Amino acid sequence: MSAQKGLNLTLKIWRQKNNKTKGQFETYKISDVSTDSSFLEMLDMLNENLINEGQEAIAFDHDCREGICGMCSLYINGRPHGPDTGITTCQLHMRMFKDGETIHIEPWRSAAFPIIKDLVVDRSAFDRVMAAGGFISVNTSGNTLDANAILVPKEDADNAMDAAACIGCGACVATCKNGAASLFVGAKVSQFALLPQGRVEAKRRVLNMVKAMDEEGFGNCSNTGACEVECPKGISLEVIARMNREYFSASLDQG
Amino acid sequence: MSKLDSKIPAGPLADKWKNHKDHMNLVSPNNRDKIDIIVVGTGLAGGSAAATLAEQGYNVKAFCYQDSPRRAHSIAAQGGINAAKNYQGDGDSTYRLFYDTIKGGDYRSREANVYRLAEVSASIIDQCVAQGVPFGREYGGQLDNRSFGGVQVKRTFYAKGQTGQQLLLGAYSAVSRQIGKGRIKMYNRHEMLDLVIVDGKARGIIARNLVTGEIERHSAHAVVIASGGYGNVYFLSTNAMGSNVSAAWKIHKKGAYFANPCYVQIHPTCIPVHGTAQSKLTLMSESLRNSGRIWVPKNIEDAVAIREGKLRPENIAQENRDYYLERRYPAFGNLVPRDVASRAAKERCDAGYGIENNDTHEGVYLDFSTEIQKKGKEAAIEKNIHNPTDQQIYDLGKAWIEEKYGNLFVMYEKITADNPYVTPMKIYPAVHYTMGGVWVDYNLQSTIPGCFVIGEANFSDHGANRLGASALMQGLADGYFVLPYTIADYLSADIRTGEIPTNSPAFDAAEKEIKDKVNFFMTNNGKHSVDYFHKKLGHIMWNKVGMGRTPEGLQEAIKEIEEVRKEFWADVRVPGDANGMNMELEKAFRVADFLELGQLMAKDALAREESCGGHFRWDHATPEGEAERDDENFKYVAAWEYQGDDINQETMHKEDLIYENIEVKTRSYK
Ligand SMILES: Cc1cc2nc3c(=O)[nH]c(=O)nc-3n(C[C@H](O)[C@H](O)[C@H](O)COP(=O)(O)OP(=O)(O)OC[C@H]3O[C@@H](n4cnc5c(N)ncnc54)[C@H](O)[C@@H]3O)c2cc1C
Ligand code: SF4
Ligand code: FES
Repeated sequence: MSAQKGLNLTLKIWRQKNNKTKGQFETYKISDVSTDSSFLEMLDMLNENLINEGQEAIAFDHDCREGICGMCSLYINGRPHGPDTGITTCQLHMRMFKDGETIHIEPWRSAAFPIIKDLVVDRSAFDRVMAAGGFISVNTSGNTLDANAILVPKEDADNAMDAAACIGCGACVATCKNGAASLFVGAKVSQFALLPQGRVEAKRRVLNMVKAMDEEGFGNCSNTGACEVECPKGISLEVIARMNREYFSASLDQG
Repeated sequence: MSKLDSKIPAGPLADKWKNHKDHMNLVSPNNRDKIDIIVVGTGLAGGSAAATLAEQGYNVKAFCYQDSPRRAHSIAAQGGINAAKNYQGDGDSTYRLFYDTIKGGDYRSREANVYRLAEVSASIIDQCVAQGVPFGREYGGQLDNRSFGGVQVKRTFYAKGQTGQQLLLGAYSAVSRQIGKGRIKMYNRHEMLDLVIVDGKARGIIARNLVTGEIERHSAHAVVIASGGYGNVYFLSTNAMGSNVSAAWKIHKKGAYFANPCYVQIHPTCIPVHGTAQSKLTLMSESLRNSGRIWVPKNIEDAVAIREGKLRPENIAQENRDYYLERRYPAFGNLVPRDVASRAAKERCDAGYGIENNDTHEGVYLDFSTEIQKKGKEAAIEKNIHNPTDQQIYDLGKAWIEEKYGNLFVMYEKITADNPYVTPMKIYPAVHYTMGGVWVDYNLQSTIPGCFVIGEANFSDHGANRLGASALMQGLADGYFVLPYTIADYLSADIRTGEIPTNSPAFDAAEKEIKDKVNFFMTNNGKHSVDYFHKKLGHIMWNKVGMGRTPEGLQEAIKEIEEVRKEFWADVRVPGDANGMNMELEKAFRVADFLELGQLMAKDALAREESCGGHFRWDHATPEGEAERDDENFKYVAAWEYQGDDINQETMHKEDLIYENIEVKTRSYK
């Protein structure tokens, strides 16, 4: 392609065999990276080179490569999902980088997300928080009301959708100096709090989810707002405020 | 003897499912916790099945290779989910959805299954809304609908451009609820590597823990495979990188028939390939075809100038644009079904009118300028703006598009660095969805007793072509509303069996086979990475088992794939360690299976001497280049039986497709 440029880059990548051993940065060189490639395609290229040299490939998480599954992570040059905003690592393209640049690549670092290998971390704490209450207790029997029997104002449905757009990637936790999960949990609580279906058990839900979040070792939210800046799906701090309101009113009731 | 008994219940079409449910055996609630069920896959199909089975009281063990059920490939579906609700009052009904699906599938699906799908579709929407899925709504608070390719009613429900995500998160929340209750034991980062059969029945699986590398045995009274489609056999596709055929292929090797492997859907609206380092293709939702017009330059000089960067598409006058879908198919225009739209794009690019600046010239335009104008004018009237300026019209129109498809436009711009509000999107067909899959009967059971297959992994509902927004519908129909009934009928014989031991010879043998294979990969020390072979395979598949197939090409493909297979086993290199996370090892197992399946796909495509749906044979085309079906000789499902290592020896069983309620017609969208 005509517009395509080949970049030569130096990569400093965190390597760690497993969660029992210590890790360290290793330096790799890569040349002729197309500016049309995605960041993960650049890593594929590097891995191909490593395998051809008989070395072990670098482990990193990814699946959809469309910015929707939330599987990719990577802390790139000190920012979760790298220098672009509003996207995940798989949607980051090499045209964001300059020829000759050195790029630092690290895993998410947070007490609640232990490292499994190289750049892969364990985010199952999110699943456990969900199992503690991130649902509406409706049986999957098919005997529910006709869908249009529950009217939902368009604004509420749209706001619920905005909150529900969270992909559970964990960038918010990774960027937070306290390692808080408030944006993630706030998003789920907000989605259900905005819908009539979710209201019935709203109190129980928020109490259980917040309790589980604390037990998983996530830090406390000090409203710094770094999470909102790095969230690839534009989840807004409002969801944390809504979660806090829900939580306080539920605790008062309980008290 | 053929084992192909479709078990379609007797009686009138509209009563079959009800009658069947009324007469099936049940497992009473107090006996259900004596029964274990393994569900492989937690996408829409597996997730909804796991949640429902757990809720009914069975012990469910669910597996997925990702770190969480929420990441299954279903999450990526953009456009929407169909259901015959007739909320728009435009004449939709169960029958019409059934009819459109059969016709859309080019009369190669099973009537009774499709009718049932249409019948339960309405309940899916009720269920999902109750779970808190935030579908798009009208100002009055009611659900909104859009229309999708191949149909003339608005029956598609959507949640912005993230419908699959929201439906999957709904199923995942139902799964989470059951995990919290201890009813589902979830095995994340686990990959099923084999099926274990004891006394002729599926009784468990061998799985690899992808974190520790341990090979594990898991037993159950029945095994449900919900592992998705096999489009990644082409290497480049819209599928998630980890999507694979292994679970389905492993049960095939243990006796399950594999049906219609050559039916692959090529999706018309993907972003074209940019270069050799490309790892996957990105879909632009088909819903865009509701608002976009597809064209290429009418004059070949313009196409050349565009490719050379000397001309911008915005600067080509209306009369010099060839809106080839509107020209060829006036009744449906830009909304023809996917196979028709894809082939038409290929035809134009093959003729030299493609606009992409690379070796292949593969690319056409999807243009929103007409819609921006139209919606802008409408909005101006609504807002009481008389004599709006061009800029006002554009701004209002753009706002409308943004509201409807904004996230897709952002995604497109991130990938291509082009602003699609100004410059038309570049699109080209890409491998997307596989209609073939494991053969199942009406109860969704494979030819192995106790082994059920649901969602994209089975073959049953879409025929040779899948209409938009009906895969999500099928996944959830199978998981929430069909399998939980039909599996009970099978399990009712198992309430006294007790726990299935994992120390039997069948488990020993299956485990040994897998461990040997792991050892092989780790010590083979060949020259090439797994991807090297996968890309080679993909190249053969795309060129010779792709959008247009010829007998010669298919014969060549069969031979070439066999060579790549041999080379793979001689020369693959898997670095690292098996006792821990090793993603190259994971890929090696998957690609080994793709190589065998690829060969079978070519063999199936060669045997099907007709064109239908996604399977287009150049030697079976009308003079105008349309697909020529042969109902007389090919109105059947081809179900292949494994016969050992040599894929060429697989034998075909035929299930005749009988249409009692629908007249089989030539499919025309003119
Ligand atoms: C980009 C895109 C857009 C789409 N848009 C639409 C749309 O708008 N409307 C529509 O109806 N359809 C759409 N589809 C199709 C639809 O999304 C899929 O057909 C459907 O989601 C498949 O669901 P599934 O549950 O069968 O499989 P999947 O969602 O693929 O789930 C497979 C599961 O199996 C697991 N798995 C696989 N192999 C193994 C193994 N060996 N061991 C353990 N676990 C395993 C995976 O971990 C995963 O959990 C789209 C598809 C794509 C790719
Ligand atoms: S809130 Fe944003 S950053 Fe946090 S998990 Fe969700 S999508 Fe990721
Ligand atoms: S790989 Fe799915 S969001 Fe990046």
